Amino acid sequence: MNPALIPEGAHPLAATIARLVWLLPLLPLAGFLINGTLAMLGAAKVGPADPSAGHDHAGDAHGHDAHGHDAHGHDSAHDDHHVPVRHKFAPIVSLIGPGVLVAAFGLAVACFFAMRGVSMEHPYIVTLYQWMPVGDLNLNATMLLDPLSMVMVLVITGVGMLIHVFSVGYMQDDPGYPRYFAYLNLFVFFMLMLVLGGSYPLLFVGWEGVGLCSYLLIGFWFSEKANADAGKKAFIVNRIGDFGFLVAMFLMFSNLGTLDIGGVAAKAVELPMGGAVITAIALFLFLGCTGKSAQIPLYVWLPDAMAGPTPVSALIHAATMVTAGVYLVARSSAIFSMAPVAQLTVALVGGLTAFFAATIGLKQWDIKKVLAYSTVSQLGYMFVGVGVGAYTAGVFHLVTHAFFKALLFLGSGSVIFVMHAAYHHTHNHDDAQDMRNMGGLKQYMPVTFYLMWTATLAIAGIPLFSGFFSKDEILGSVFARVSHSTLAESSLLGIPGGTVLLVVYGLGLASALMTAIYMTRMMLYTFHGPNRTGEAERAHLKEAPWIMTGPLVVLAVLAAFGGWLNVPELLSAIGPVGSLEHWLEPVVGAATLRTTLGAAPEMAHQTELLLVGTAIAIAMAGIAFAVIRLKPAALVPKKDYPAAEGIDRVLENKYFVDEGYDAAFVRPTVGVSRAVLWKGVDAGIIDGLFVNGSALLMRAFGWMGSQLQTGQLGTYAWVLLIGAITILGAFTLR
Amino acid sequence: MTAFLSSINYNAWILPVLLLLPLFGALGIWAHALVSAKDPAEKRWREVRLLAFWFFLIEAILSLGLWWSIDPANPAWQAMVDLPWIPQWGVRFTVGLDGIALTLVLLTTLMMPLAVLGSWTSIRTKPHAYYVMLLLLTIGMLGVFLSLDLVLFYVMWEIMLVPMYMIIGVWGGERRLYAAIKFFIYTMIGSLLMLVAILYLGYVSSKVAGSPTFSYDFIINNVALRPETSLWLFGAFALAFAVKVPMFPFHTWLPDAHVEAPTAGSVILAAIMLKMGTFGFIRFALPLFPSAVMNPAVRGFVVALAVIGIIYGSLVALVQPDFKKLVAYSSVSHLGFVMLGIFAMNVESMQGALMVNINHGVSTGALFLLVGMIYERRHTRMIEDYGGIAKVVPIFATILTIVSLSSIGVPGTNGFIGEFLVLVGSYKTQPVASVISATAVIFAAAYLLWALQRIIYNPLTKPENAAIKDLNWREIGLLTPLLIAILWLGVYPKPLLDKTEPAARRLVEYVHATAAGVNNSALNRSR
Amino acid sequence: MLGEALALSAVLFTIGVIGVLTRRNAIIIFMCVELMLNAVNLSFVALSKVYGATGQVFVVFTMTVAAAEAAVGLAIIIAIFRHQRSVNLQNINLLKG
Repeated sequence: MNPALIPEGAHPLAATIARLVWLLPLLPLAGFLINGTLAMLGAAKVGPADPSAGHDHAGDAHGHDAHGHDAHGHDSAHDDHHVPVRHKFAPIVSLIGPGVLVAAFGLAVACFFAMRGVSMEHPYIVTLYQWMPVGDLNLNATMLLDPLSMVMVLVITGVGMLIHVFSVGYMQDDPGYPRYFAYLNLFVFFMLMLVLGGSYPLLFVGWEGVGLCSYLLIGFWFSEKANADAGKKAFIVNRIGDFGFLVAMFLMFSNLGTLDIGGVAAKAVELPMGGAVITAIALFLFLGCTGKSAQIPLYVWLPDAMAGPTPVSALIHAATMVTAGVYLVARSSAIFSMAPVAQLTVALVGGLTAFFAATIGLKQWDIKKVLAYSTVSQLGYMFVGVGVGAYTAGVFHLVTHAFFKALLFLGSGSVIFVMHAAYHHTHNHDDAQDMRNMGGLKQYMPVTFYLMWTATLAIAGIPLFSGFFSKDEILGSVFARVSHSTLAESSLLGIPGGTVLLVVYGLGLASALMTAIYMTRMMLYTFHGPNRTGEAERAHLKEAPWIMTGPLVVLAVLAAFGGWLNVPELLSAIGPVGSLEHWLEPVVGAATLRTTLGAAPEMAHQTELLLVGTAIAIAMAGIAFAVIRLKPAALVPKKDYPAAEGIDRVLENKYFVDEGYDAAFVRPTVGVSRAVLWKGVDAGIIDGLFVNGSALLMRAFGWMGSQLQTGQLGTYAWVLLIGAITILGAFTLR
Repeated sequence: MTAFLSSINYNAWILPVLLLLPLFGALGIWAHALVSAKDPAEKRWREVRLLAFWFFLIEAILSLGLWWSIDPANPAWQAMVDLPWIPQWGVRFTVGLDGIALTLVLLTTLMMPLAVLGSWTSIRTKPHAYYVMLLLLTIGMLGVFLSLDLVLFYVMWEIMLVPMYMIIGVWGGERRLYAAIKFFIYTMIGSLLMLVAILYLGYVSSKVAGSPTFSYDFIINNVALRPETSLWLFGAFALAFAVKVPMFPFHTWLPDAHVEAPTAGSVILAAIMLKMGTFGFIRFALPLFPSAVMNPAVRGFVVALAVIGIIYGSLVALVQPDFKKLVAYSSVSHLGFVMLGIFAMNVESMQGALMVNINHGVSTGALFLLVGMIYERRHTRMIEDYGGIAKVVPIFATILTIVSLSSIGVPGTNGFIGEFLVLVGSYKTQPVASVISATAVIFAAAYLLWALQRIIYNPLTKPENAAIKDLNWREIGLLTPLLIAILWLGVYPKPLLDKTEPAARRLVEYVHATAAGVNNSALNRSR
Repeated sequence: MLGEALALSAVLFTIGVIGVLTRRNAIIIFMCVELMLNAVNLSFVALSKVYGATGQVFVVFTMTVAAAEAAVGLAIIIAIFRHQRSVNLQNINLLKG
């Protein structure tokens, strides 16, 4: 199984450090194994040899119920002399958990430089071993390294490393410290498998694996029912998407005869353009994406996923895992570019999600919920990008979003950490995540304040911040494809493609406006105005430790300057144009050109200026609107706040979509299963009517026979005699 | 290893030894019961469980050699032994293996010691009889996998019933008699029709051969049946196997039997005995009656039942209040996948079906062991009686989570490989069935994760749960091999797939070719 | 001679049958059953003159069985009497369905 023994062909990367690509996922896996073992050693007490012997000496299991900072205040604070006890393995875990990520990041950077030096016409594929060689299905465990997966690997290990470091501070007093890092390492392992997998099933391993880790981490503080519920919901909703992914793979295998990513891409372009099969494959793949990347209709799990620790929200539910769907579409660009109808669907769903989630984001009070809906909305943007065939733009936004959203989440994590600590000191059970309880934090946490404003400007699309570049490129690409593209030539449900794209463009602009508004609202309520936390608590508000703010600084630099990765033609003055575009060209270039009918999208200079100008104006207007309209000074703490009414109530309750799903799908399924299938069919018809029914029938016959048995010997004798005479008589008279 | 095995002529004696060793074990335990009659009950119990465990362990170790000694690519039966048994009726003691049977034989011999360890402390009444029953059961189960004579097969098939009836009826739960009788009669009714079919086949083959014979090989190679006859006989065989699988709607014995059986009984029932049904289809029903199998109506009907079983089993599992019953219904769902894979009739799906067979044995076996362990501590199987025990019993919670994930079919565990192969293969021939069945991935996650949440997560509300002791070394030790299997088969299933691939391929090709009327000798085996 | 013997046998048998049918006391019924057996024995012996010794053999056989039956039957009756303090068959209907 030594991968080095398998000749890799003559790929130029084979001679470089990149041949160690299999080590990338293995490092976090090793971290998981070590941390997991430590977690077990720390928590477990092996039971007595004979478990059925009486339970006389009750264990001390009540003692330390672990809750986290996010657990909405009411945690072990009732223990008056509660002194946080560090886990006994904390030092070694703090070393290994982030350590493996640092090593992986180092390796990734080395691979990146190796890749810069060589031609990446073909992806670099490392075959580790034969995985599922069955019949016509010859699946190997292969790693695929190309520019696209390189970008993803850098984001995952880089941002992941920063978040691991942040977690050392954030989770320091949690009793589940080693378990936390074990899960986090495992997540990185699966995420790397996802982006490095050389075939769709292998990609699916990572795909489901990250879902599993997401499940474990959302429900990390599982002693609260709400957290356990949220984890379960995330997993099951994701599974609905996974069903789509599975069906897409069945279609690929039966129609294309292979499941290797390269093989599928090569075969897909041989199918008829826009044919039923290729469209079905693309749509089913996209169903998978709606689950993992929280798009309509399967976005409902992501806001609930905020039940997990905040660094988890930053890593999994903002920067990496939820963008897997975007990665999948970009990875399958050959398939999507052959199915314009599917592309339009992706773009439209992305646009609708961006808009819809942004409206909900306007009225949320929980700081993490604002960011959660913001994430859903931004993911919608990315899908608009990859949907219209602007794969680079989508991936570009994926990268910048990873920077500024991770920063926002970690920043909010710092805020929650500090708020929680303050409430903890005063034994107050109030909500540490509700913005109505915050306000004026800028004087207590100035570093976090400035860093989060950086991210806010980036996400709002203020010029020269990273979000500006990426969002603008997506919107520009949509506009460019309104005419003269495969999309414009096809139609979705009878609506011409050009019209659909214009609608998407409008949705994008509207969402941009709302993004600026809700982000400014969040900043105003959190950091500006008077403080509403409470008199006693105020004394305990202070900046989070450096191990937490340090990573924020790095992310802020990236959020501010990430736009230089792909500078548009228009701004060629400020730096090299289109670096990311050139980088990704070998992977998605052909597919992009297919959508734009072979020509690079050209726009008149004025049009482009107009578009950019509109976008900037909208961002500015949003911020200005929020600053003028919203009065942080007038806000009252959560406990004094009146209940929302009208449209506010609808928005605050997220359009009651969860309730609707519950009533439409969950309860009917459970109800029918219980009442009809179990009690009705199983217990009633099969068991009752047929099984026990036939037994009953036999018993009835038996009962009838038994009535002949009087128990009187005399009767028997008479019957015998009569019988004998009858028979004799019958013989005689015959 | 191979050289060593051939130097001791392993293949020549291993199968009779595997079948006889449990018999000697049973005699040994009987002897122990007589010798130790005057000892205190505690001492006798400790001795007899150790004695039984040793027998099972030796059996397992002996059988391991098969992994190396069997050549799966060779179309001839491996390790074959053919002795006269009832010459007047042409019944012979013919046993032999191919790759498919190999995996199931190993599953049996390796699961048995674990099952014994699983009931190490919970069975204290009549321990001698209990272990004798387990040993006799082993003979029956191995016999079914090994028999190459129809009468021998039938005898082995029925032998299994009696010890299992006793195990459920004597050492079971509250409604054990109901469950035991239901199990017995259900299975018996199914298999009686099969007996008729076997006798008919023997009658026909004897006419062809000129002397009485029930030889599997002879019937396969020489007996040509008219399609209608084939259909009826297939029906008779299929009913017997469908009850055992169990396919919807013949599954209702399973939840009762599983719930009432003691831990070892449930484990054996789930891990091994349910495989008899699917193995029966693979070994007998398919190659004996290819034209019936490939009949579109028959095939559509069986596939439909399989799909109903998959969805129905998961939905009913969703609402079970009793964890053991939940696992039982999940078995209905999993075995539905096996049936779908078999009747989709291509190499991928067949391989997937064989894989699910093994996976289900490992994962569900482990689940029943875990339920048994927690039941031994808390004396309840009701899900609602637990909650929040992950903090109290972290080892148990971790293992339960891993095993559940395997049962859900999360990639990286064995469950995924099997389900994926079944679905991806069956899509080629039965696309609708495949897509409908794929929704089971959603339901499986729903029922197991919901149960998991209510057992090990959520707040710890019941004070009696706070005192539960975690797993002990014995329990950890006996679960470890299963955990290794779960991960090994998920990450690197190739060795196992390689064992079954040639046989699966031969079977699929033979059925297709024979049904198409081509005289194909893919299954012709030289004796 | 044969005719008389068979007639006697028939008479004895009929007496036995009537006794079994009409009496209630288990002992008497039992004796009537024995009477029937012996009536048949008589006819066997009588007919052996005509058909050879097989009838004689059968008689020996019947007597053996009858002896065994008597032992078991009487034991049962005694057991029932101990249990119920009566051998009146009307009071005994254990076989009632």
